Amino acid sequence: MTALIFFIFAGIAVFCGINLVVQTHPIASALSLIGVMGSLAILYLQLGGEFIAAAQVIVYAGAIMVLFVFVIMLLNAGAEGTSLQVSRFTKYLGIVLLAAFLGLISFIIQAMLPKTEGVVFGLFQGGTALDVGRKLFTVYLLPFEVTSVLILIAIVGAVVLARKEV
Amino acid sequence: MNFLILSLIKAAVVAFVLLTALAYLQWIERKVIAHIQLRVGPYRVGPHGLLQPLADVVKLITKEGVIPSHVNRVFYLMAPWVAVTLALISIAVIPFGPEIQVGPVKTWMQLTDLNIGILFVLAVSSVGVYGVALGGWASNNKYALLGGLRSSAQMISYELPLGLAVAAPLLLANTLSFRKMVEYQTGYWLGFIPRWNAIPEIFGFLVFLIAGFAETNRVPFDLPEAENELVAGFHTEYSSMKFAAFFMAEYANMVTVTAVATLLFLGGWTPLFPEPYSDAIPILVFLFGGLIAIYHGLNPARRKDKFTLPAAGLVFLGIAAIFGLSLFVPVLKAILMALFWFCGKIGILLFLFIWVRGTLPRFRYDQLMRFAWIFLFPLSVLNLLVTSLVVALTSK
Repeated sequence: MTALIFFIFAGIAVFCGINLVVQTHPIASALSLIGVMGSLAILYLQLGGEFIAAAQVIVYAGAIMVLFVFVIMLLNAGAEGTSLQVSRFTKYLGIVLLAAFLGLISFIIQAMLPKTEGVVFGLFQGGTALDVGRKLFTVYLLPFEVTSVLILIAIVGAVVLARKEV
Repeated sequence: MNFLILSLIKAAVVAFVLLTALAYLQWIERKVIAHIQLRVGPYRVGPHGLLQPLADVVKLITKEGVIPSHVNRVFYLMAPWVAVTLALISIAVIPFGPEIQVGPVKTWMQLTDLNIGILFVLAVSSVGVYGVALGGWASNNKYALLGGLRSSAQMISYELPLGLAVAAPLLLANTLSFRKMVEYQTGYWLGFIPRWNAIPEIFGFLVFLIAGFAETNRVPFDLPEAENELVAGFHTEYSSMKFAAFFMAEYANMVTVTAVATLLFLGGWTPLFPEPYSDAIPILVFLFGGLIAIYHGLNPARRKDKFTLPAAGLVFLGIAAIFGLSLFVPVLKAILMALFWFCGKIGILLFLFIWVRGTLPRFRYDQLMRFAWIFLFPLSVLNLLVTSLVVALTSK
């Protein structure tokens, strides 16, 4: 059952990821990205990271992507045309290169497989909000605080850049 | 397998009751608004317009769904279903009552209890904005686009105070599960003041309610569908069931927001009064309602009232009798009391939503944004800080 759910949502994630690149319209790409994030959240949930799953949907799908979609709508960006002139030579070379690249990746995975252990669904238990919070404020306190300062700097920088000169 | 069958039964019951309630919520809204404005509201279809929702449903289903020629078809057709699906999904984690035992089966009056239940509702509601935003954009219409943009800007702005207001009771109860949240709120201070979060968290409760109005795009925050500026806002180009889907989503969101407010701040299904007194309340309420209806039926203001009001009065008296009987049947009592208090609180909050719609004018756009960022946001941050200070000082 868990394996079935995993394959369904992993499939959706991969499909949406490819769709994100293939689509010419920015809104369609943004929605595909939301699909990727939603299915990733389900995968987190399966691995026992309940809090991460919820945070993934709230922060990425619910806040960041809403802003993306908002900006795309505000600019009223239309579909992108393919301005790239592809010659037959590059096409054939591309197929060969793609095959070589896929072969390389599969070789690396093959080489790594025996060393990594398989994932067992439901084995990991430390994904509740309580555990994550405790870890964040004890073991990972410094990275957590540094990240928050970094985000603050980014916000202030954005405001400074966007402010009109008066 | 037992779990599966039980879940299916519960899901079917909840879905049926919720959808019927949504249809009748609209009838109640029209009636209440009408009476605020000294009209009678729906009156022709059935006694006091009671069959109006049914007629509306038939009309909306059989109506031709016009698709304008310049829309982006895929997103145009997707948007209403995104909106309504996400609006209906949150009900899955809302508990309606305590654990009950019917014969051999022991179950909670809830579809499923997630230990991140509150985060789940927040996540679903934060994704819910896509329905409106997409619908506005895909319609390829300037009014619809403006409505969709306004809606996304408004929902992003008001999600902040909403989330911060939710965080305060979470700190008090130290849980993210709705069940534990209600458990924390059972009992009474000094034996008669309910231990609801709304009492220590009065500011959090008010901020939550106000942000809830904005999240559901209700008056005075209904800028996305401001009739006098934007025709109908994001659903200008929608007709038939696609329009109905948006409509349903709005009402479902209202129910969700009020249910979450009830669970977080008003103690869920815990009664207002301690045990022996709380049992009498539903009986008295329905008895009183029934007697008033019968009295008005005997002195009818309109001709038809001679028959309809006494009938309604008898139904009310029957419900009062059922509540009276349930005092001797523990199973029935557990279910009915929980439902009465939970639905009663939700009903009062929903009435508040409708009442506000009939009373307040709409905000201007700059007022709306200023209100969120300059008033609500600092207030909710302050509330959260004070709450965390109190929790830190009193714990251990």
